[in-house]
Amino acid sequence: MRFYEFEAKELLRRRGVPLPESRLARTAAEAAAAQRDLGGAVVLKSQVLSGGRMKAGGVRFAESADEARDAAEAILALPISGQEPAGVLVEQKGDVAQEYYAAVTWDGRAKRPVIIFSDMGGIDIEEVAETHPEHVSRTHVSTLRPLSDYQAKLAVARTGVTGGDLNRLARIVLQLARAFREHDLTLAEINPIGKLADGGILALDAHMEMEAEARGAHRGLLADLGIADEDTRQARPPTPFEVAGAQVDAQDTRGVAGNVTEFSGSLGLVIGAGGGSLTLFDAVRSAGGDPANYCEVGGNPSVRKTAALTRLIVSKPGVEKIAVMMNVVSNTRVDIMARGVIKGVIDAGFDPAEKIAIFRIPGSWEEEGFAILRRYGVEYVDRSVSMHEAARRAVAKLAAQDGG
Amino acid sequence: MPDGLFIRVDIAESVQSDPDLVRRLLEVCPVDIFDRAEEGGVTTVEANLDECTLCDLCIQAAGDDRVRVVKLYQD
Repeated sequence: MRFYEFEAKELLRRRGVPLPESRLARTAAEAAAAQRDLGGAVVLKSQVLSGGRMKAGGVRFAESADEARDAAEAILALPISGQEPAGVLVEQKGDVAQEYYAAVTWDGRAKRPVIIFSDMGGIDIEEVAETHPEHVSRTHVSTLRPLSDYQAKLAVARTGVTGGDLNRLARIVLQLARAFREHDLTLAEINPIGKLADGGILALDAHMEMEAEARGAHRGLLADLGIADEDTRQARPPTPFEVAGAQVDAQDTRGVAGNVTEFSGSLGLVIGAGGGSLTLFDAVRSAGGDPANYCEVGGNPSVRKTAALTRLIVSKPGVEKIAVMMNVVSNTRVDIMARGVIKGVIDAGFDPAEKIAIFRIPGSWEEEGFAILRRYGVEYVDRSVSMHEAARRAVAKLAAQDGG
Repeated sequence: MPDGLFIRVDIAESVQSDPDLVRRLLEVCPVDIFDRAEEGGVTTVEANLDECTLCDLCIQAAGDDRVRVVKLYQD
């Protein structure tokens, strides 16, 4: 769940991170008033949940109220990546001498949060990491032990920053890391942190994302920021297909069969189990496949729920076949999954043997499940066939049908 | 009794005249396959038959083969 810049900055402000003076304007008149209030040169920034605002024309500068009004009018009329701006952040513009980058995110390989710091901020950090790796530090921290000043200082010092700058930047990094952990964020980023000509240091832009499943644990904070429960904060509004997927998952509390994302391909995916969804989606893409959707299935959903999800996917226009694939399951029953998937295909008016390219769910009750699949002529494989190989076979089967 | 796509539950006639057993069948099934019949006794809920987890609790409660769970996908 993404935060707008003004919300991310509010989280930083509450932690004492130094920020430029700013006002959120919902109209051009409010933007003009904000400039008058702040005085001098201001930067006006579109409040959307995507990057690339500068390139898209969503960031403008003004030195008077009239200029601020004109800039805000242009920004408010400009959708960026399909999103209407939620407002314009009018902020004092400082004289920046140097820019830094700081972020805390999750390192999946290390299975720990990592503080990333660079003394080359303001530009794409991936590019800096590639062209100037010595200017980027990575410092892993614990999810359990308290964050220390030392770790924050280490992250900054590794890029060669010393003296008063080191102390001031380390304080910001420490608060960023604490925000990351205490608010269950998946990304907390300040880019850039600006060192002004007068030596002051300010967080000039901020980007934060909260783990969607953690929303319930932070209801108070979200309400405080004015974020309603129904405000999903996704990069784009959900499609009718995705809304229907959410309704399937909400129909009963047993297991998960939902979290659907729509794509335009012809291979429907019923996938899941312990990170299996992401692995399998990537495996299909690696094999040259074109998925019609992403979804997550696991935790032993009811037959009814799996059938409803399958029906939704197999009925999606353009879907020629579906691949039913999971990691090895222990708490999800193979036979219950087989029943649900076959029922869904039949309910949609198709022949399971024709429509299911492959069924690869090894695990508990698999012999019972395989008996069901045999009865309906569905091709299935056990754990001796890897997830990647199963994905490859599904893609090949679809290609063969299409004459490719 | 209706069938599911995968599961059928056969209930012996003798169960219908045993109110205590009817109550126990309704109690033990984790997926609500059993319901009270309008005319008295017990019936099965078609929409829930395929949710059967094969736990055998109904079979154990009834004893003497008075409830049978038939897997329709097996020859």
